[in-house]
Amino acid sequence: MNGIAEIITAFFILVGTTISLLAAIGLVRLPDVYTRSHAASKSSTLGVLCVLIGTLLYFLISDGYFSIRLILGIFFVFLTAPVAAHVICRAAYRNQAPVADTMVEDELKEYYELNPEYKKKSIVVEETVQVDE
Amino acid sequence: MFKSILFISLCILALTILLNLYRVIKGPTSSDRIQALDSIGINIIASIGIFSILFHTRAFFDLMLLIGILSFIGTIAFARFIERSVVIERNR
Repeated sequence: MNGIAEIITAFFILVGTTISLLAAIGLVRLPDVYTRSHAASKSSTLGVLCVLIGTLLYFLISDGYFSIRLILGIFFVFLTAPVAAHVICRAAYRNQAPVADTMVEDELKEYYELNPEYKKKSIVVEETVQVDE
Repeated sequence: MFKSILFISLCILALTILLNLYRVIKGPTSSDRIQALDSIGINIIASIGIFSILFHTRAFFDLMLLIGILSFIGTIAFARFIERSVVIERNR
């Protein structure tokens, strides 16, 4: 019983850490922010998901303990990593981050030229204090 | 055998965090740095999972949730800061 748990856990953990290493190599080698976000968000999430599923299966098979907190952690990572990557990429585009030379077409540029109110870089915080009469 | 596989996985995760730190230090824009810091947080969650197998304890699962939530909130706050140079807007 314990041997089966160890084999399954070792498989999942090795696969997950290898995917995390590939994600880090992609984060170092890719040319600009938008391509790096693919490596950082998708494959990192898959790697940590494999490791956490391996942990869950280890405690389920060897102890018979089903951890609801670990399920919550898996769900939370799976939910928040794409949102964080999306917010970072939007911030980079609005800050005019440099783009690699191999880019072919920028479809978002036309949208921002049609709607220039989204393009403004910083919101000026008005320091006017309302004096109530 | 099983423990050596876990140690090898921890070494691979340490190498991953070092590669992410290279991107944090070198990164041309601040978006790169925030992205690499978010990736470091996710890798720390994975290494906590491996540590809890290695010590055969269930006490670290709360820590996993805590680091996940803190990393997400930090990423969102930094991204809003570089996007519009305020974190919390005051609209009336």
